[in-house]
Amino acid sequence: MISIQTADFDPAAEYAALRDSGAGTGAIATFTGLVRDSGDMKGVTGLYLEHYPGMTEQVIGALIEEASTRWNVRKARVIHRIGHLALQDQIVFVGVCSAHREDAFAACQFVMDALKTSAPFWKKEMTASGEHWVEQKASDVARSKTWD
Amino acid sequence: MTTKTTDKDNITVRFFARLREELGTDQLTMPAQPGLTTAQILAELARRGGAWSQLQGSQPVMIAVNQTMAKPSTPVESGDEVAFFPPVTGG
Repeated sequence: MISIQTADFDPAAEYAALRDSGAGTGAIATFTGLVRDSGDMKGVTGLYLEHYPGMTEQVIGALIEEASTRWNVRKARVIHRIGHLALQDQIVFVGVCSAHREDAFAACQFVMDALKTSAPFWKKEMTASGEHWVEQKASDVARSKTWD
Repeated sequence: MTTKTTDKDNITVRFFARLREELGTDQLTMPAQPGLTTAQILAELARRGGAWSQLQGSQPVMIAVNQTMAKPSTPVESGDEVAFFPPVTGG
């Protein structure tokens, strides 16, 4: 299931829902991303996130599909927040249930890494002296390519 | 007498994030033409000059057709939704 939302989320509730995925589930890997000061600009106070409604869900759905062909994925959950967020706010959640830990870890990391370079979200950093769009990082692109 | 065009005769072009702000618009429509590609749409829009020149500048522009990632060579037909945007920065 994929949710794009302005509201915060509860990782404990998401974990509980993932855990309720049958006796074949032997591992659950979850990732929660927080808003941080990227270090590109001084005095970052928060973020604004824009996305491409429709395409975002389509891209993330395709990533979950791909993960399911590469690893044992019994259930997957992705939540990504949009709009205005403050430093330390939760911004993204990826959770994967698998039979085994290797699959859970790999699928969770793959979805997260690929999401960063292919899902149409854009971050704008707010600072005391103005706002600016965040540039894509070469390290994120390189990280995503390791799954090719 | 002019024939009223509908969305079916046109291509919808959408812009996001920094491009949307710098171009001052989030959406426009263009007439469909036989053999049209996304690269040709970018070239035509870049000819408007000013901020539009960046569509063919040094900064990378990502392309989607009907909400799927596309290439400069991807064909575009009437009724299609084309989007141009900066490299994505979610997560």
